[in-house]
Amino acid sequence: MTQTLLSLDGVTKAYPGVVANDDVALQVRHGDVHALLGENGAGKSTLVKMIYGLVKPDSGTMTLMGHPYAPPEPRAARAAGVAMVFQHFSLFNALSVAENIALGMEAPPAQRDLAAQIKTVSETYGLPLDPYRTVGNLSAGERQRVEIIRCLLQNPKLLIMDEPTSVLTPQEVDILFTTLKKLSAAGTAILYISHKLDEIRQICDRATILRRGKNVGYCRPAETTARDLAEMMVGSSFTSPTRKPREIGDVVLHLNDLSLPAPSAFGTALKHINLTVKAGEIIGIGGVAGNGQDELLSALSGEVKATADSVVFNGTSIGDHPPGQRRSLRVFSAPEERLGHAAVPDMSLVENTLISTTSQKDMIRNGFINWPKAREFAEQVIEAFDVRTPGASSTAQSLSGGNLQKFVIGREVLQAPQLLVVNQPTWGVDAAAAAAIRQALLDLAYSGAALIVISQDLDELLEICDYFGVLNAGSLSDTRPVEGLKMDQIGLMMGGADSAEAPQ
Amino acid sequence: MIRLEKRLHPSRALTSLTPILAVILTMIIGGVMFALLGKPPLESIRIIFWDPLFNPQFAAYSRPQLLVKAAPLILIAIGLSIGFRAGIWNIGAEGQYIMGAICGAGMGLAFYPADLFIIFPLMVITGAFGGWAWAMIPALLKTRFGTNEILVSLMLVYVAESLLASVSSGVLKNPDGMGFPGSRNLQQYPAAANSELIANTGMHWGVVACFIAVIFAYVVLTRHLQGFHIRLTGQAPRAARFAGVNPHRVTILCLGVSGALAGMAGLFEVAGPAGQITIDFNTGYGFTAIIVAFLGRLHPLGIVLAGLLMALTYIGGELAQLMLGLPGASIQLFQGMLLFFLLATDVFTHYRVRFGEA
Repeated sequence: MTQTLLSLDGVTKAYPGVVANDDVALQVRHGDVHALLGENGAGKSTLVKMIYGLVKPDSGTMTLMGHPYAPPEPRAARAAGVAMVFQHFSLFNALSVAENIALGMEAPPAQRDLAAQIKTVSETYGLPLDPYRTVGNLSAGERQRVEIIRCLLQNPKLLIMDEPTSVLTPQEVDILFTTLKKLSAAGTAILYISHKLDEIRQICDRATILRRGKNVGYCRPAETTARDLAEMMVGSSFTSPTRKPREIGDVVLHLNDLSLPAPSAFGTALKHINLTVKAGEIIGIGGVAGNGQDELLSALSGEVKATADSVVFNGTSIGDHPPGQRRSLRVFSAPEERLGHAAVPDMSLVENTLISTTSQKDMIRNGFINWPKAREFAEQVIEAFDVRTPGASSTAQSLSGGNLQKFVIGREVLQAPQLLVVNQPTWGVDAAAAAAIRQALLDLAYSGAALIVISQDLDELLEICDYFGVLNAGSLSDTRPVEGLKMDQIGLMMGGADSAEAPQ
Repeated sequence: MIRLEKRLHPSRALTSLTPILAVILTMIIGGVMFALLGKPPLESIRIIFWDPLFNPQFAAYSRPQLLVKAAPLILIAIGLSIGFRAGIWNIGAEGQYIMGAICGAGMGLAFYPADLFIIFPLMVITGAFGGWAWAMIPALLKTRFGTNEILVSLMLVYVAESLLASVSSGVLKNPDGMGFPGSRNLQQYPAAANSELIANTGMHWGVVACFIAVIFAYVVLTRHLQGFHIRLTGQAPRAARFAGVNPHRVTILCLGVSGALAGMAGLFEVAGPAGQITIDFNTGYGFTAIIVAFLGRLHPLGIVLAGLLMALTYIGGELAQLMLGLPGASIQLFQGMLLFFLLATDVFTHYRVRFGEA
């Protein structure tokens, strides 16, 4: 089992304005778990999309089991034995597991036969799943199992997994890893995409490292230190945020039994959330995506109104205040979704400034916009947060994820909030920008503001927060001091009462 | 192989160029269509676009007509464009236009034969109110029950047309009209007439209102926070909510403004060029204004140019029917082509064409 299953040679793919892959080579052996390691934007996704037939390379050759391989579309890739589990699931919430799987098949068998097949596969690989449950009611980990089983039913030679653990609790990650090891033992090769070093060292046999679209290294992760891996991945070193001791002041925000109904059929209702935040404190809120993170931010930003007394800011009940009124009180927030929520893709940075700065002095006079002032503010943000852009007139969508995120966070931070709520502040952002954003948040807390940081990146929360709590199905756990908190404790908090069952 | 590749930025040059390109393509394909109908293509195009303005024989009559036809188109299109910017698709301006005309004319006729200065201003206000009220039906249904404003506003056009048929042979019928359907002629009732302000220019009160609306829309959209919120709602509804915009308020505001302007346009038309409420006094301005709004890039100044161009095709079209016997439907087809080519060429502002292997 040592010969090469898939090999790529000199693969290049350019998009307008960026070369996503530049002369990349890759070799995956039969039955190997092969890591594709790199930062966000290093070209990992483009590379696997070419292998899966979603994107055609500009040049270079691919060989699968000794034969030239150039899938014109995913169907051809699947026929050749290549399957892929995407980072974002493509499932219909209102349909059952079996129905969802049948939809992806060329010639689906009868529902009953299919359900039996699903049961067999799920038992063989330790992925407990009931074929008749509705997908909308499944957890993220269970939804991922649907996607994996959908792939396994095709008996693939190569299974591609794009950032599979980003939506999982630590316990669910363990279950997934057990499955991957079984698959690899049975001869299925796995191409595992991640930027999480510990995971890769834990389960991958070999690793190919990409940086800015180029091959920069090849190694056996088990024999390489995490530090070396990180240096290969990031290239130059960057300064990690520094924590200074902070003075903790009076209570700034008090959430009193905050409850809200779910905004949509598959949204999450907020249930009896109690929380106290003091000046100078950073509260970290973890949890798997879809457990009420968006809803909590909306309730704090004012996009969704709750009862007045459920949100008390500096002694004032603001639960039913609209966003503008909250901003006048210096309560600011930065939502997770940059394009379309925190910023408008087609509008310039100057215009995007106005989304949250209308309460600034002189910005609006008698309802009329002071455009020079807005431009000045946008330029201040660009300057202070090192936003790389030709100028304030550039559209939001022309900025890279990291730069736009710096702009969005900077726009709120520069308004000197007394309370700042951010959701996923460094999601999809390169390491240097992420470090800069975390430093800005720490500096803001140092200047006496209260912060709530909602994130799925546990390392990030442990790095900058004082207290840590978990959102689970719309309920917030007790918050505990970060100091002395152990990973398995966090895992139990994240899993809630009904944590994922272990396979054996 | 030809393929489309997304541009990093929408091309600014093409944004202003595509309307011109669309006009040229319409002329070419329109010419082919006229040739297929057995008419001389170049002469047809000349009669439609050139003769109404510059032919010494016709210009004296048709030049004033340009403002007469363009004013309602521009007035309605300005209102529609504000809604379209916010993603509120009012397709029923024709109905609001009819309701404005009925209400406004009804107000004027109620005073007949009194001669008071206040009558015409009152008619304008009731006209605007009629259009506004008609537009509030889709607005309230949308904000209350989440109905689709496109369908509701469009269907209400047919209700308005039935009402028009009913009143023109019913309550508003001219008592001295010897049984013919249709109201009294407001042109012959000076206190209620929307008469020409400067002789032989086509300039009437509707043109004045149109100028005010254009300037007002321009200022609101570029300088005022409300205009910014309208654009925000259209481009990114979630960002608008985050900014603190109430989407229901924007829906009601946009449908209200477009309804009121359409209603006003209806009143100016019925009290001026049309003269009386008849079963078919409306000539589809409410629908053509949708083309005008898009041809003008939803920009107030663009809409003025587009409105004048569209008015020209109306006048030129009539002239072509007269001179060459072109069927009336071919002129409507010609106008439809304009929107079609505009939307088609629009692709190139966001995509560039690449030839060769993918």
